[in-house]
Amino acid sequence: MNPFLEVINLRKEFFLHILNDKKIDALEDINFSMNHGEIIGLTGKSGSGKSSLMKCLYGTYLINEGSVMYDSSQYGKIDLAKATEHEILRIRKKELTYCSQFLQVIPRVPALEIVAEQLIADGVDEGDALEKARSFLNRLGLPEELWDAYPSTFSGGEQQRINVAQAIISEPRFLLIDEPTASLDVRTKDVVIQMILDLKKSGTSVILITHDAYTLANLADRELKLTNGRIEEAEVATA
Amino acid sequence: MVTDNSDNWLLRVRGLTKIYGDPISNTIRYTGPKYGTNQCPETDAIVACAEIDFDLFHGEVLGVVGESGSGKSTLVQLLYFDQESTGGDVRFRGFENGDVNLLTVSNQKKRYIRNHLMGMVYQNPRDGLNFKFSAGGNIAEKLLMAGEFHVGRIRDRSSSLLERTEVPVPRMDNAPGSFSGGMQQRVQISKAIANNPPLLFLDEVTTGLDVSVQAKVLDLIRGLQRQLGISMIVVSHDLSVIRMLTDRTMVLKNGRIVEAGLTDQILQDPQHEYTQLLVSSLL
Repeated sequence: MNPFLEVINLRKEFFLHILNDKKIDALEDINFSMNHGEIIGLTGKSGSGKSSLMKCLYGTYLINEGSVMYDSSQYGKIDLAKATEHEILRIRKKELTYCSQFLQVIPRVPALEIVAEQLIADGVDEGDALEKARSFLNRLGLPEELWDAYPSTFSGGEQQRINVAQAIISEPRFLLIDEPTASLDVRTKDVVIQMILDLKKSGTSVILITHDAYTLANLADRELKLTNGRIEEAEVATA
Repeated sequence: MVTDNSDNWLLRVRGLTKIYGDPISNTIRYTGPKYGTNQCPETDAIVACAEIDFDLFHGEVLGVVGESGSGKSTLVQLLYFDQESTGGDVRFRGFENGDVNLLTVSNQKKRYIRNHLMGMVYQNPRDGLNFKFSAGGNIAEKLLMAGEFHVGRIRDRSSSLLERTEVPVPRMDNAPGSFSGGMQQRVQISKAIANNPPLLFLDEVTTGLDVSVQAKVLDLIRGLQRQLGISMIVVSHDLSVIRMLTDRTMVLKNGRIVEAGLTDQILQDPQHEYTQLLVSSLL
């Protein structure tokens, strides 16, 4: 069967002109593949290269060597390491979502609108989009009085809920999600895990970064552990 | 790469160049980021920008960043015909299907393109607005130039534009000089989009506004892009503005493009020495 994603000999370094041409090796010899509908848990210590790998897949970091063969709905099989900017933008718009650890939003846009925005951009009727956004925020336990407030003033956990809701509401085909449960209480953590499992049922493939053993065990089909920018071991998670 | 083999472009720019003074054959060769100067070593010629290549796609927002004097304002002024280019080839799908070089068409056609197919918002509202006219009069001026002569329709369009940009409609008949800076900027945006242009240039539009007003103007611009699908070129030295508004970005230094790419890539994995310096200086 055609793999959903196949990463071959990926290498990433940072070359810093402004620090006397300092070279930092971020990732080396990265090889793995994933199947459609799979959830891979990316683990490893801080600085081991988890977020760098995710950013290489999303196109935020340029890849020095290797290829990222992705079986896209827009173009069929495409090497993301060589795709044009417009191809990447189109893939991002239609099927690939990246959810970072930190919420970055336009100031002065209410929480509910931020969550509904992608759906509206996808052509969903505004009323329906807002309704779905309300139900997501409700499920995630964000107090209703905050829905029309601006998230830049929210607590870490509240911002994270907005961030997660925003990323998964449009049911992307391929989701890259960085620490979705890091600053959440146990109940909300379970809700987020269930929401991502629901996405999986509807066909989404997920790469997830987590430090949390509970999230990993309950969500990931497989663990990929990074040490110093290399894949250490690939094993089946206990779930 | 800011150029692309795909055929979905709205604006295609190749070799766009502007030189002040008298260039000699080596003027372009011995200026630019490699030499750290815009000035020809042998004559007094100044290369404001040279060899600019890029494609802007339908509905896309392209950012242009760089320090003062890097040529970023010149770039949009050349495209809007505020200044005459020294050389280059500019194709625009909005005009004769992109079959002609805009830089070589007659002045009459240039005026038509400006009035009907493009909009410009300047850093200083005084450059985009006539302070002797009222706010509504300014919008009417643009509509008249675009061939709308019906007074009632002009009046309706003006008030709906001001409403959209959150300028109190009752103040339509006041001169912009009596408005706050943020409000002047919103009137200028209303004027720039009055003729429903497919292409809008924004030159440092939030520079000099206080932060709360800045947020409002940014939100307005994003809304216009989302709802009307206008393609835009956004010039700014403020990387936060670029991050919030644009899909792709090009970085200018000494009149040349030193780096271009997806905006998140430029901001998080800059390749060129100058971009690394720029990004690392971000507050």
